[in-house]
Amino acid sequence: MTTIADKVDYSTLIPNNVGLADDQKLLRALEKWYPKYLDWWMDMGPTGFIHETPFQEADVWLRTAVSVERDGWAKFDYVRMPDYRWGILLAPTEEGRTVPFGEHRGEPAWQEVPGAYRAMLRRLIVIQGDTEPASVEQQRHLGKTAPSLYDMRNLFQVNVEEGRHLWAMVYLLQRYFGRDGREEAEELLRRRSGDPDRPRMLGAFNEETPDWLSFFMFTYFTDRDGKMQLEALAQSGFDPLSRTCRFMLAEEAHHMFVGATGVGRIVKATAQAMRDAGIDDPYDVERIRSLGVIDLPLIQRKLNLHFSLTLDLFGSEESTNAANAFHAGLKGRFHETAIDDDHQLLGSTYPVTKLVDGAFRQVDVPALNALNARLRDDYVEDCMGGVRRWNRYIADAGVDFELTLPHVAFHRQIGEFAGLHVTPDGRVVDSSTWEKRRATYLPTDADRLFIEALMQQVTTPGEFASWIARPQKGIGQQSVDFEYVRIPATG
Amino acid sequence: MNVDFRTHPDRYRHWRLTIDGEIARLGMDVDEAGGLGPWELKMNSYDLGVDIELYDAVQRLRFEHPEVKAVVIESLKERIFCAGANIRMLGCSTHPEKVNFCKFTNETRNGIEDASRNSGQRYLAALNGSAAGGGYELALATDHIVLVDDGTATVALPEVPLLGVLPGTGGLTRLVDKRFVRRDLADVFSTVEEGVKGERAVAWRLVDEVAPTSRFAETVAARLHDLAATSDRPSEGPGIELTPLERETSDTTITYPHLRVTLDRGLRTATIVVEGPTQGPPTGPAAAVELGARFWPLAMTRALDDAILHLRTNERDIGTWLLKTEGDPEIVAAHDAFLLDHLDHWAIREIVLYLKRTLRRIDETSRSIFTLVEPGSCFVGALAELLFAADRSYMLDGTFDGIDEPEAKLRLTGANFGPLTMDNHLTRLATRFWGRDDALSHAASLVGKELDAVEAHDAELVTFAYDDIDWDDELRIALEERASFSPDALTGMEQNLRFPGPETMETKIFGRLTAWQNWIFTRPNASGPDGALQRYGTGLRPDFNRNRT
Repeated sequence: MTTIADKVDYSTLIPNNVGLADDQKLLRALEKWYPKYLDWWMDMGPTGFIHETPFQEADVWLRTAVSVERDGWAKFDYVRMPDYRWGILLAPTEEGRTVPFGEHRGEPAWQEVPGAYRAMLRRLIVIQGDTEPASVEQQRHLGKTAPSLYDMRNLFQVNVEEGRHLWAMVYLLQRYFGRDGREEAEELLRRRSGDPDRPRMLGAFNEETPDWLSFFMFTYFTDRDGKMQLEALAQSGFDPLSRTCRFMLAEEAHHMFVGATGVGRIVKATAQAMRDAGIDDPYDVERIRSLGVIDLPLIQRKLNLHFSLTLDLFGSEESTNAANAFHAGLKGRFHETAIDDDHQLLGSTYPVTKLVDGAFRQVDVPALNALNARLRDDYVEDCMGGVRRWNRYIADAGVDFELTLPHVAFHRQIGEFAGLHVTPDGRVVDSSTWEKRRATYLPTDADRLFIEALMQQVTTPGEFASWIARPQKGIGQQSVDFEYVRIPATG
Repeated sequence: MNVDFRTHPDRYRHWRLTIDGEIARLGMDVDEAGGLGPWELKMNSYDLGVDIELYDAVQRLRFEHPEVKAVVIESLKERIFCAGANIRMLGCSTHPEKVNFCKFTNETRNGIEDASRNSGQRYLAALNGSAAGGGYELALATDHIVLVDDGTATVALPEVPLLGVLPGTGGLTRLVDKRFVRRDLADVFSTVEEGVKGERAVAWRLVDEVAPTSRFAETVAARLHDLAATSDRPSEGPGIELTPLERETSDTTITYPHLRVTLDRGLRTATIVVEGPTQGPPTGPAAAVELGARFWPLAMTRALDDAILHLRTNERDIGTWLLKTEGDPEIVAAHDAFLLDHLDHWAIREIVLYLKRTLRRIDETSRSIFTLVEPGSCFVGALAELLFAADRSYMLDGTFDGIDEPEAKLRLTGANFGPLTMDNHLTRLATRFWGRDDALSHAASLVGKELDAVEAHDAELVTFAYDDIDWDDELRIALEERASFSPDALTGMEQNLRFPGPETMETKIFGRLTAWQNWIFTRPNASGPDGALQRYGTGLRPDFNRNRT
């Protein structure tokens, strides 16, 4: 049997700054893992055709991370996705870095796994790692309905980079966690989003991403959770994890850009079409949809869905695991080092929203236990920016409608609000009232059918589907009209 | 807090009991807000209240459902089987509360194994998600463990690495003594907080099989079918309904039909009087089933069981129990013979097994047990076991002056030589005469004979035989002396003396695992202000005293 491993020199194939060429143990582990990763990519990565050529054989204008220098860390070029150079890149070492928080605050940051925290650390890495391939799996069919080559390229860019983020976590598992780590690395490739037998670990990563509006919502909301988690892990006293996450954040920014501009362009297309057709009423759904755009109430429903699913990813508001991980110095808070406190939280409290006697109130709980709540609050704040921008597009077109984030207790399965029936504007109602209004809160089957019919692949360079506006500029030094995905010149 | 052990499926908050022909399903769906104290029972974690319902369900399955041959314990929550005993509950419980809780949960799990082994009601654990700590220990008490193989679900005993205590509900013992997990793998398993999943869990013998989610239900159904096929229970009823147990309490008395307890708070004693039947046994097993919960052996055993649990949990200052009987020895003898004659009938077998388990509770009770044989008593056969369960016994030689009652007699029957074994799997007499076969055979030669105090004393069946001149003084002094000793030392002494002879899984669970656990529970490393139990959930790590003791 000939495998890629027989003839490939991984130390040069894999862009890295971890001394891969000299690390025989790691090389051996990766030689075993890499072919399985490629199998997974071919099996679960983007599927579909452009001009009868499978996506996996097309040239895609992709950026590849090749170094960790601030300028020039990425290089753009046409790449076939299976040839993408998934690298192992960590932010540069900070000399003299110390554990920034928790019990070990001020001690030198760990360069190897502390035995006492092996299980906790491994679990943090496995959970983070599990989300990366999951989103690739969730999004694998979207290329078939891409509204432009520009968007198709963005999708594939997000996909290969999620693949790289999986690599980053697998590197940590294989380099630092011995046999257990290698096994977990393989498990990451065996689980499948939405598979009843081997589901991904977190609920939101087993939901479908059925269409492009969902994709943009996902990259805006759910990847932003990813960002918050990475920000928290980037603070870690386990230095290799911190450095890995700091570099991942550079790529993650693009994913959120895709989401923010994607939803924005859809909103803009709708608002402009309404203005051009002289429709003032955003609830005049039939007429709006007949313009080939997505009505704003449906966009709000999608927003409600993705926002609420994503809030569940933060876990229980009060969490022992989060407290343990913070105190141990493994997972910090958003912008930990910029916070002005003792970074140990031993006596302090944090206000957590709870339902008390039928009303939402802030209740002070020990700050160590409230870390998930705090990270979620930071997240909600971080979500506001994009929503404000989207509303500007609506206002600019003279349409009277405002997109809003639903109440944090709306449609929750995990934590303090699980099992409650709360409307998007934060009223607690009984289940039958809620169910009766469900179709105004969350996307319906009819919405889904409408969107399915609307979304058709557009493959002419510079052309865009009716329901999404042109972006302001292109990407990777190219114009909007550039042929971002093309059939290779020679077979 | 006064704990009542009496409940009924209609009142369960944490379990759903459903019967479908020969299969019963015990679905665990713990109500987070249903704890006995200020703790949330998250992720199917349990406290004493949850386990009281489990005990009730196991008992009812045995008596009310003769047709049930296999029982599956499953979770009604998604992707979580059971997270074990609630840690916050352990954190805020006093030492006696923790110990009592563990003892009761251990007895319930032993009872599940007793049903499997002896009454043809086989148990299966269907782990649809992770089973940790006491959750996995519950599974260990069953005959067959199926674990879902979804890449995430694990079985785990995280007590040592996470909580600084032991898996004390039989976990460590059953790993090596029941499932024959190699001791080095058991060491590894018991120190990885995240547990073991999938095929490795099978390879290490931690579970019997794994099944993917899509085939989980069918795998469980097939195994239940296989287990049911091994059962000798009748395929149809009627069963015996465990009607509500009547009990009247005052500050110093607890009264059931066939049993009464009188508390002396000054001397810290409880006098438990078991009352014999007033009518002869029914004509046959079917008639006994018809009598149901009113059938004297069952009614008496239920009362004794509840009294033990009540006194243990709610009357912890009462350090000495005085056991007495009262009734017509001939009618007791007739019942004793009736039970022995019909051991092959499911219901009679069930009653005798229940009596066995209840007597075992006495053996495991951390109270001094004295049995008193006086005129008017009926220590015959099974009731004579109350003598041999005691730490010491007193028999009146002759009669009390001025009271016109014949002198007390003692009578051994086959019941003392077979079915009512202790946790060491020996009869109480074999235990009493451990290493002395001649004394045991001599006792066997006395079966059926009425023994007066001198004869009983000569046969070494009672500790002391006093006449009425000495009786009151001797007893008073003995009780006052007993009450003056350290209760801790007494418990330790009694537990060491009650179980001569070989170890079994049960004696190891109570004598080794529980004893170590109880020691660890009192250590600052577990229960001190900086100990693991107190700090659990705060995010802070325990501050251990590193001395190995």
